[in-house]
This record gives sequence, C-alpha cells and structure tokens, in this order.
Amino acid sequence: MNIKYIKANLGFGLLRLCALIVGVIIFAILYDIASKGVGKITWEFLFSMPKNGMTEGGIFPAIIGTIFVTAITALLAIPLGMGCAIYLNEYANDNIITRLIRMSIRNLSGVPSIVYGLFGVVLFVQAMRLGTSVISSGFTLGLMTLPWTVTASEEALKNVPNSYRQGALALGATKWQAIRTNVLPYAVGGMLTGTILGLARAAGETAPILFTGVAFYLPFLPKSLSSQFMALPYHLYIMSTQHHSINQVRPIAYGTALVLVVLVFVMNLFAVILRYRLRKFKRD
Amino acid sequence: MRFKEKVIHSFFFLNGVLVVIILLGIFALLVFTSIPAFKEIRLSQFFFSGIWNPDAYVKPAYGIVSMLVSTFLITFGSLVIAIPLGIGTAAYLSDLASPRVREIAKPIVEILAGIPSVVIGFLGIVVVGPVIAKIFGLHNGLNALNGSVLLAIMALPTIISLSEDALKSVPKSFEQASLALGATHWQTLIKVKIPAAFSGIIAACMLGMGRAVGETMTVLMATGCAPAMPQSFLDSVRTFSSTIAIELGEVPYNTTHYYALFAVGLVLFIITFMINMASDIILHQYRKVTK
Repeated sequence: MNIKYIKANLGFGLLRLCALIVGVIIFAILYDIASKGVGKITWEFLFSMPKNGMTEGGIFPAIIGTIFVTAITALLAIPLGMGCAIYLNEYANDNIITRLIRMSIRNLSGVPSIVYGLFGVVLFVQAMRLGTSVISSGFTLGLMTLPWTVTASEEALKNVPNSYRQGALALGATKWQAIRTNVLPYAVGGMLTGTILGLARAAGETAPILFTGVAFYLPFLPKSLSSQFMALPYHLYIMSTQHHSINQVRPIAYGTALVLVVLVFVMNLFAVILRYRLRKFKRD
Repeated sequence: MRFKEKVIHSFFFLNGVLVVIILLGIFALLVFTSIPAFKEIRLSQFFFSGIWNPDAYVKPAYGIVSMLVSTFLITFGSLVIAIPLGIGTAAYLSDLASPRVREIAKPIVEILAGIPSVVIGFLGIVVVGPVIAKIFGLHNGLNALNGSVLLAIMALPTIISLSEDALKSVPKSFEQASLALGATHWQTLIKVKIPAAFSGIIAACMLGMGRAVGETMTVLMATGCAPAMPQSFLDSVRTFSSTIAIELGEVPYNTTHYYALFAVGLVLFIITFMINMASDIILHQYRKVTK
C-alpha cells in the first residue's frame, strides 16, 4: 500500500471523526433535555399558573405569553417582509438603491439581538410611549425577524418561472395584475414556509424582550397589548440563574427547556411539511 | 389604471426602502443615545481603561477594554473549536457522505441551528460547567472556556452549511482534472477543492464569528460575568452583550450609566457590522471568481 493512500485514509478518518463529534453533540443536547425534561411534562405543568414563588405549579402564562408575542411578531414581519421581497424581485432595477437595500438586509440579519433590544427600548418603549409591553416586545422581535422573512420570501418569488409573468403581461395584464394573479399564488406557500422558520427563531429569543416587556413573574395572563407578559425563554433564564433556590427548581427549568425546544421544533416541522406538500402540488 | 399601478409601485418601493431606514435608524438611535454619556465620561477613559464600575459612589469608572478582551477571548476560543470541526464536517458531507446520509444530516444540522440560545446557555450551566469544574478542579465551571464551547456549538451550523455550499460550488472539472492526474481523493480535497472554495469558507467562518461576538444569552448565563480583565480561559468573563443585558434592567432611564450602556451597544454594533461587511465583500469577490 502506497503512503499516499495511507494518508488519504487517515485524512478521511479525521473528517468522519469531525462529523461524528458534531452528531454526538447534537444528540447529547437533545437527549439531555428530553430525558430530564419529560418527567416534568404533565397537563398540570402545561396548563396551570406558577405557585409558591415559582417553586411549584406550571408554566401556562409563559406559554401563552410566547404565543401572544410571536403572533405580534408575525403581524409586523410577514407583510413588511413580503412587501420588501416583492419590490426586490418584481419591481427593482439593478441600481444603487436596490444594492443598498440588499446590503441593509444582510447587515440587519447580523445585528446582535441585544442591539435590537436597545433599539426597542428607545423607539417603542420610550419614544412611541408603548411602555414595557407585549406590543413593544413583539415589534422589536418583528424587526429582528424582518431580514429573514425578506430573504425567504424573495427565494420563493425567484422560484416562480418567468413565463408566468410574461404570459400574463402578453395578455394585457398590468404589472400588478400579473403579480397578483400569476406570481403570488404560486409563491405564497414558499414565502410562508420561510417566514415560519424565522418566527420559530423569534419565539426562542430572549435578549430583545429583556427590557421591552417581559416580566419575571405574573400570576395572570396578558390582558391587552399594553400588558407585560411572561415568556418561555425568559422563564428558563430566570429559573436557571436568578431564582432564589436554583437547585430546587431545576426540574421546572428542564421542563421549560423541553417545552421551548418542542415548540420551536414543531414550528420547524410544520414549515418543512408545508414545503414538502407545496413541492408535490407544483409537480402535479 | 396607470395611476393605480404607479401607486402600487411606490408602495412596494417604500416598503423596500424601509429596510435601509431601519438599519440607519438603529445606528442613529445608538449614536444619539450614546452622545450624552460623553458629557461625563472622557473618551480616553471609555476606550482605554479596563475598569468598568458605574456604581462606584465617589468615582464611577466606565472603561470597556476588559469587555473587549473578554468578547474576543471567547470568540477566539469558540472559533478554535468550531472552525476545524465545522470544515471537517462540511468536507465529510460534501465528499464522503452517501446521498442518504446527506439527506438526514441537513435537517439535523438545521435542528441545531434552531435550538434557542437560552437553552444552550442552560446546558452550559447544568452540563458543560460541572464537567469543566471537574477537569480543572475549579469551584465552578462558569468561565471563558465554557462560553467558548457553547459559542462554538452555536456557530457550527453556520460554518457547516455555508462551507458545504462553498465546497459544492467548486466546478466538477477541477476535481476531475486532479483525479485524472493521479491524485487521490484526499489530495484532491486538500490541494484543489478546499483552496478553490477558500474564500467561501472564510466568509462562512467570519459569519460564525459575527454571531459569536454578538451572542447574548449563552454568554450571560455560562461565563460568570465578573467585570474584570480576564487572565486565562479559566477566568470568568463579561462581554459587551452580557454587560448590557445585566445592567440595562437596573439603571434608571436617561442617566449617564444608561447612556454609557448604549455607547457599549454602539461599539458592539460597529464591530459586528464590520465583520459582516468583511465577510460580505469576501463572498462577493469569491462569487465573481467562480463565475
């Protein structure tokens, strides 16, 4: 056997080892959370209020709070993201403004989440006088999600064949009519898929909501857009670092972590299934 | 009809421009909210002092050097772990793995990307921390090393998927030419494909780095957050992001301390902005070359 083949085998072995380590890390993370969190998951844990200074009881308000704030995030990010994508893919010429828009999107997606939090404090909490509230948090998360929704929506629009647009235009449709009847119906599913993936990330974020509306402990559900709220990621954060008896509430922290991971996972799964079904639909 | 089309066009145009306004708005708000801080803090103190002690009764100190060192210490640590692992895995997926393994691996890596940072931080406290404490005989394992390990895990999905894309976009003819000349698959990978994909891989690593520099929750939870100059990887560190996260909740609005935290945010924004721009430029150049 030649020395260069020994080298090749060693090298490829090393690559296999790298992949194996990454696989083991992912498996270990999921296994640890699932195995230690699953014992905590009961109807009572999911659907009751925290009790006794959060040493007992459930996480119902945190679940509702997360769903509530994610809904507001969607309300802001979906229309703005889709609109921006429609402009970029359907209307924009290749000029300096378009390039500026694309550059801004790429940079926005790299802005640290804590900086979005600072922005939210100044703009929504103080300047717009929305206070520390579920709407301030939702808007802050919405801005953070925007670059992801734009990118995903544009990808979906790109997948619509150009002949669809040209066909409509050739029959005398205006630009907007062509987009509305011949482009959007085929792109909207893909747009939604990407958007849901973005929202799943937003649902798990903590830093942007830290100062814009999330509460340590509220024994009731958020009543309106201007109330404070509890959220799963923040609840996990305080349960693992700020609580007065950290070791006693560790099972609750594991339970919360599992619920959060499952929530994000289910949203991802939903998006993947949607994408799969749309692909099938397109082929038919 | 014409008029309506024009209105719709302008509507989408404004929607597009909004993104630029948001980016400029973030920058402008950070700048304007930072400025009042420098009425009381000397710029030289802010940028060159390692002491951050805004609560001191007599003489509050606002120096960001220890945060800068902390941030780059754990970022460096995370890259040392994540880059070889990430590129190795990407090379495995693009060159060795069977199509079936690749089909399974992609969603699995996406799952890792989807795990919220607060969950990774939690695991840093309950799993990684105790392990580090045991190995090095420390009282607790909340230190820079812990932060580096966690940030590496979080940077892996970015580095893996972008490096894999870069390796895949190397033209097939390069590979075939190399093999035809008698090189092994390994030599082809190391001497032809990786150099050809190099700028794409570098851009991937820089994006991973940008993430690590700005990451808040994992660092906040797993590094101990002592506001001092770190001496080694086993020291507790406090980054830009965790300083903001810890202190902004406690300061009253519109005080020097409050403004100073926005100045810290501005520094963080500028650093990540430069890293992202650099990776963008590298990626752009690289696309031109491969085209």
